[in-house]
Amino acid sequence: MDGTKTDIINRLQRDILALEGCTSLRAGYPVRSGDLSVMDAFPYKMFPTGAVHEFITATLEDTSATAGFIAALISTFLPATGVVVWVGSRGVFPPALKQFGIEPDRVFFLEPIKKREIQWIVEEALRCQAVSAVVASWNELSFTESRRLQLAVEKSNTTGFVIRHNPRQANPTACIARWKITSLHSSSVDDLPGVGFPRWNATLLKVRNGRAGSHIMEWAGDHLRESAVEGARIRELHRKTG
Amino acid sequence: MKRYVSVWFRFLKADWYVLREPALRDIPFVLGRTEQGRGVVVAANEVAQLQGIDAGMTIADARALLPGIKVLEDPLELENRLLQRIAVWAIRFTPITAVDTPDGIVLDATGCTHLWGGDHPYLKEIYQRFSSKGYNVRLAMADTPGAARSVARFAASAGVVESGRHIQAMYSLPPEALRLEPEVTEKLHKLGLHTIGQCIRMPLPVLRRRLGADAIKRLNQALGIEEELLKPVVPPVEYEERLPCPELITTATGIEIALKDLLRRLCSRLQKEQKGLRALCFRGYRADGETVELAIQTNRPSHHAAHLFSLFMPRLATIAPEPGIELFSLMATGVGINVAAQAALWNGDAGLVDLQVSELIDRAAGRIGRNRIFRYCPMENHWPELSFGKASSFEEMVMGNWRNDVQRPILMLTPPEPITVTAPVPDYPPMSFRYKGTLHTIQRADGPERIEQQWWMQEGAHRDYYRVEDAEGKRYWIFRLGHYEEAGARQWFLHGFFA
Repeated sequence: MDGTKTDIINRLQRDILALEGCTSLRAGYPVRSGDLSVMDAFPYKMFPTGAVHEFITATLEDTSATAGFIAALISTFLPATGVVVWVGSRGVFPPALKQFGIEPDRVFFLEPIKKREIQWIVEEALRCQAVSAVVASWNELSFTESRRLQLAVEKSNTTGFVIRHNPRQANPTACIARWKITSLHSSSVDDLPGVGFPRWNATLLKVRNGRAGSHIMEWAGDHLRESAVEGARIRELHRKTG
Repeated sequence: MKRYVSVWFRFLKADWYVLREPALRDIPFVLGRTEQGRGVVVAANEVAQLQGIDAGMTIADARALLPGIKVLEDPLELENRLLQRIAVWAIRFTPITAVDTPDGIVLDATGCTHLWGGDHPYLKEIYQRFSSKGYNVRLAMADTPGAARSVARFAASAGVVESGRHIQAMYSLPPEALRLEPEVTEKLHKLGLHTIGQCIRMPLPVLRRRLGADAIKRLNQALGIEEELLKPVVPPVEYEERLPCPELITTATGIEIALKDLLRRLCSRLQKEQKGLRALCFRGYRADGETVELAIQTNRPSHHAAHLFSLFMPRLATIAPEPGIELFSLMATGVGINVAAQAALWNGDAGLVDLQVSELIDRAAGRIGRNRIFRYCPMENHWPELSFGKASSFEEMVMGNWRNDVQRPILMLTPPEPITVTAPVPDYPPMSFRYKGTLHTIQRADGPERIEQQWWMQEGAHRDYYRVEDAEGKRYWIFRLGHYEEAGARQWFLHGFFA
C-alpha cells in the first residue's frame, strides 16, 4: 500500500516538474557530470539542460571565473559536434575555451549592440535545436524576458546561460537557477609551487524545486570535480600556525 | 536566331536639356565647347538643325546663321553618363543592354519579344516609352547589332527587319553605316563604292588589301558572318527570374507575393541543378524609372524558399513602391553547390553542417550585420593576439589544432593595461601589483613564459608572461615588456583574467 502511494507521489512530482518546464527529464543530452554534489541540488539529481541558468557577477574577475565555470559546465554535456553560440562576447579569448574541452571553432561569437538585438538573438538561438548551448552577457534581464527565454528552450532543449554583470537589481526571473561563482585559491599536487587547476566556489542562490547551497569545484584539466577542499583547509591551517 | 534592337537618339543631349528646362523646347539652341581656342558646336537641337546648324560648326558660324541662337555649356562626359543610365533603365526590356556610342544603345532582344506579343509590339513599346519621356528616337530590329545600328541610323524607314533579311536591308545604305574610320569611308567613296551592297559584291581579298582587316571585320559583323560581342552595362546573371506586372504594384502584400513567387521559381530550378544561393538581389523597377532593391547573403548555399523569404522579410518594408512597381526581378549574384542537405541526412548530429545553424546565423546576420558575427580558426602563432584568426567562411575547415599545452586566460584585455609591480629579483615573479588603485598580493605564480615578437617581420620587445594568483584566489596573466630595467617605468602590463 505504502509502495504504491510513494509511486503515485513520485509520478505526480515528475509530471509537475515536466509541466514546469524541467525538460532534462524528457530525453536530453547525456550529462557526464559524474558524482558531483552540486547535482544533488537539482531535482532528480540531474543537471537541468534545456533550461536557462542565470549567473550574477560583480567584478571582472568574477566574470572570468563565471565564464570559465560555464565553459566547464557546457563541456560536460556538449556532444562531439555540438555548436555553441556566445552572445555579447567582448573580451572572451576564444583559444582559452579549448582548455575547458570546447573546440573554439564550434563557437559562434555574436556582438549585438542594442538591447532588442540581444533579446532577439538569444531567443532565436535558444529556439534552434541544432545549437547545444547559448551563453549571453545580458545585464538587465527582466522577468518577462526570462519567461520568454524559458518558453524558447522548452521547445528546443537548448541550454541557456545568462551572465548578469552588476545588475541594477537582483529581480526575480524565470530562470531555473541563479548562480554566483567566485574564484578560490587553487591547489597543486603535493604543494608544489605554481598555480594549480582553476577552482571555484559555486553558490546556488536559488534553484527551482531544488536546494540552494555552496559547492566547491575545480576543473581538473578534462573534467569538473569536487575539490578536496578539506585537505587544502588543513594545509592552510598548518601554514598559518607554523 | 539572335535579334538585336538598336536605339538611336537623334538629339540626345538637346533632349536632355529640354527635359530639364521645358522652355527650351521650341527655341533653337546649341551645346558648345571650346576647342583649340574657338567655340565649336557639339550638339544642336531639332529646331537649330532645321536651320542648317549642325555639330562640328564653329559657334561663330552658327551665330552668323541665326543671330539669336542660345549657346549652352556641354557638360563633360554627359553623353556617356546619359547612355549608361538609359541602358540600365532599358534592362526592363531585356537583361542584356549595351551602350553604343555615338548617341545610341543596343539591346539583345533574343527571346524577349514574345513577352510583349511579337517583334512589332515590342519595338512599339520601346518607342512609346522613349517618346513619352521626351526623347526623339529611331529604332531598328535586325539579326545582328551592326545591321540594326545601320538601319536605325541610315535607312529611310527604320523598324523591324524580318529575320534573315538584314543583308538586303543594308544593301542600299551608305558605307558610313558600318562605323568605319572616316578615312576608310572616304576611300570607299573614291573607289566608287557608295553603298554597302556594292562593297558586298567585291571580292574580300581585294577589299582587305585596300581597307585593312578592321573594316572587313566590321562588315562581317554587320552581315552576321562574324559574331559581335556586346559589352552589357550590367553583366548578365545566370540565375535570374523576372515577374512583369500588368498593373502597378504599390502594396506590401503585392511585393510579398511577387517575392514568394520569384523565390519559388528560382529555388525549384536550383534544386534541380543541386545548387544553392549564396547571395540574392531582389529588384523592383518602378514606373518613374527608378529601381529599388534589397540584397541578402547566406552563409551556406540554400534553396530553401521559406528561409530565404524570412531573410528578406524584416527589410521588405524599406522598399518604397510609390508610384508603383512594374517589374520585379530576382537575381542570384552568388551560387554554390548545395550538398549540405545530404550531409545532414546521414548524420543526425550534424553540428556545424546542420542547416538549422546556418539558417540561424543567416537570420542573425540580417538583424545585426555580418560584421558582428565571428567564428575563429587557430593560427600558427605564439603571440597571444595573433594565435587565432577570423574564419573566412562558415564552412572553413579548421587547419591545425587549438593549443592545449599552454594556459590562456578566458577574458583578455585589449590592449593590455599598465600596472605597477614590486619584484624582488629580476626575472622572478613579482610580489605584488597594483591595478586600478587596488593592491594585489601575489601568493602563487607560474612563469616566466617568454613570447618573442615575430622578429623577421616586426620590431619590438618580447614579453615575459607570469600566471599569478593573489591573496583572494583571483588569477591574472601579467607580463613584463622587454628585459628588466632599473628605471623602466611602464614595463608591466595586465593582459587577462583566468577563470
